[in-house]
Amino acid sequence: MPLFLDDEQTMLRDTARDYVSEQMPVAHMRKLRDDANPDGFSREHWKSFAEMGFTGILIPESHGGLGLGQVEAGVVLEEIGRNLAPSPFLTTAVAAVEALKGSAQAERWFPGILAGETVAALALDEKAKHDGKVAMEAKRSGNGFVLSGAKQFVTHGHVADLMLVAAQLEGEATLFAVPADTAGVTATPERLTDASLASRVTFEDVRLDGDAAIGGDAYARMLDAARIGASAEMLGVGGGAMDMTMGYLKDRKQFGVAIGSFQALQHRAAHLYSELEVARAAVLKAQQDIDTGRAENPAMLAAVAKAMTGLATTLSVQEAIQMHGGIGMTDEHDIGFYMKRARVLAEMFGDTNFHADAVAKMAGF
Amino acid sequence: MTEDLETFRAETRAWLEANCPPEMRQPVRSDKDINWGGRNPVFQPGQKEWMDAMAGRGWTVPDWPQAYGGGGLSPAQTKILREEMRKLGCRNPLNSFGISMLGPALLKYGTEEQKREHLPRIARGEIRWCQGYSEPNAGSDLAGLATSAEDKGDHFLVNGQKVWTSYADKADWIFCLVRTDKSTKQGGISFLLFDMETPGVSTRPILLISGYSPFCETFFDDVKVPKGNLLGELNKGWDVAKYLLGHEREMISGMGNEGGNKSLHAIARDKVGLTEDGKLADPLLRAQMALFEVRTRAFGAMSERFMDELKAGRAHPAQPSMMKYYGTELNKTRNELMMAAGGSDLLEWESDASNGGAAARAWLRTKANSIEGGTSEIQLNIIAKRILQLPGA
Repeated sequence: MPLFLDDEQTMLRDTARDYVSEQMPVAHMRKLRDDANPDGFSREHWKSFAEMGFTGILIPESHGGLGLGQVEAGVVLEEIGRNLAPSPFLTTAVAAVEALKGSAQAERWFPGILAGETVAALALDEKAKHDGKVAMEAKRSGNGFVLSGAKQFVTHGHVADLMLVAAQLEGEATLFAVPADTAGVTATPERLTDASLASRVTFEDVRLDGDAAIGGDAYARMLDAARIGASAEMLGVGGGAMDMTMGYLKDRKQFGVAIGSFQALQHRAAHLYSELEVARAAVLKAQQDIDTGRAENPAMLAAVAKAMTGLATTLSVQEAIQMHGGIGMTDEHDIGFYMKRARVLAEMFGDTNFHADAVAKMAGF
Repeated sequence: MTEDLETFRAETRAWLEANCPPEMRQPVRSDKDINWGGRNPVFQPGQKEWMDAMAGRGWTVPDWPQAYGGGGLSPAQTKILREEMRKLGCRNPLNSFGISMLGPALLKYGTEEQKREHLPRIARGEIRWCQGYSEPNAGSDLAGLATSAEDKGDHFLVNGQKVWTSYADKADWIFCLVRTDKSTKQGGISFLLFDMETPGVSTRPILLISGYSPFCETFFDDVKVPKGNLLGELNKGWDVAKYLLGHEREMISGMGNEGGNKSLHAIARDKVGLTEDGKLADPLLRAQMALFEVRTRAFGAMSERFMDELKAGRAHPAQPSMMKYYGTELNKTRNELMMAAGGSDLLEWESDASNGGAAARAWLRTKANSIEGGTSEIQLNIIAKRILQLPGA
């Protein structure tokens, strides 16, 4: 399989691009922010995602989904990123579906996800930096479990129907599927820099059934999918910021000429292009190798993708602000939103340093 | 189709296992380990056998047509061959400007006679080629070249000087840009092929900071070149040159990948040492190496994507500039890190411990990567103008 999108994937991208750019452009996010929308995303658009089949991209055909892969999920995520569209797609249709696949919980949650009604949130981090460590413990109780502890940076936590919670069970980090309305679960949303809402969530003696534990393998698989998905979304953010900046370089005149004719800016733009293209290849490679089962070490592919998109997109939004000059510092202009969103995505599921460190460990130094 | 490819993969692996000599599965340690073929080759043990075995199947140039000494492999098969060679650690059987640069241009612009004369000999490693592009006053501004070729009826009379002609002193033939019309700049250039033994050709090596002299000055004094040695049309050599430069950039960008970073990791572990939890004892070096590792692995994916796009005919024509820029910068970084990791051991210029100063010489050599084949700045100009469509000054 060549390392570029095939015709069907390209068609899917065009569909996603048309919908997201027309229905959920940056103005959509700005309006949600200005209205202090309590959900932080549009349920109407989440329904439309379901109608277009997007929410079922990763759901197996036997469950009524499209049975497609990470490449297709990434195509949608990139368009979400490009338009800074607030959507539970990454946490729900990508991470949660990947976690639940093949578990006893799939039957329960997939219909709601397919219908665009269910929202899932990931309760993984316990401190400000994602370090891959899980301290929270789950205890066995009769046939079930009891969870106690606290998590933070839980995107969509306050509106979630389902929470996927990482906790230690007998020495292994395990994922638990927790209905958000279970007694003892409290989500307190905080608005983040990028205007999205993420919760601090507490779990007080939360009692769960025996089938709530969906396993350590599922946790690892979900993390890979979430990290690669976040990379794809971040690639969209970086690409969107770059497109906007290139447009500005061509339009904005100083000293009587377009500023894009200055070699100092051209060289930086060309360097930025190179970094983003390399990041794009790393993301597609990770998606494709996992989809085709060729990946010898999915965690390595995910770490390279997340670290590389972190580098490239951070550069893209920094150059975007600098090259836009003063106008880029205003709230009125959209470019600043890209910097904020990039920072949030860079932090999500481990930042560039965390993943570069993981790459070094796996490479043996 | 997929099943056929799996069969091809299995057969290829078996053949490589059986035919690649053990010496040719060792990492390349110095220039001596690279085989360039030619009329007067100097072979290390196993080198000739390996080259001949591969050439026998057309696999020194796997994707060229069989009629010209190639393997006639499809893009997918070629990719599999390279993957299997990488897995076994097989060395490149033949390094050659004939393969990486002239060959593609001959395939596109050559007459049937020219193809039959030159391509099979390139494939078998019989003729070593060098490239006559740059001149003392025509480097990045290549179209300003002055070496002239005067039409004398049945031959051209060539006079002038080239510089930075890699390995000209060891090459058998040269592909050379010459001026056939002084009234226009790019429109008056032609592309000539000729034997370095033709009377009037002389070369002089240029000693470099690495202590080697891979580059030469090359002089032409009333050199007679038969008319039949013109590649492409008269005064249209610039098209051939641009086509070929694209392939040269691909080749140089590919150097960023060869052998991965295993030797860097090994040197760093050996010289710097590890902490109890298995990390390099120098945390800042480790951090730099970690970010470099991310970039090289990502660039490996980029190389794969680029080759796939090229084969499918969907790569942007200026994309080789990006590959060249990024690959050479990475290669320079790798060599900086290697020197930082190796410490004083790698600084010994001629000792056995330093393998004859191989790492230091390689490090110095890579400083030319972002100059030769079009400087990094020229590549960035090309990306800005042709890919990003930024306006001219």
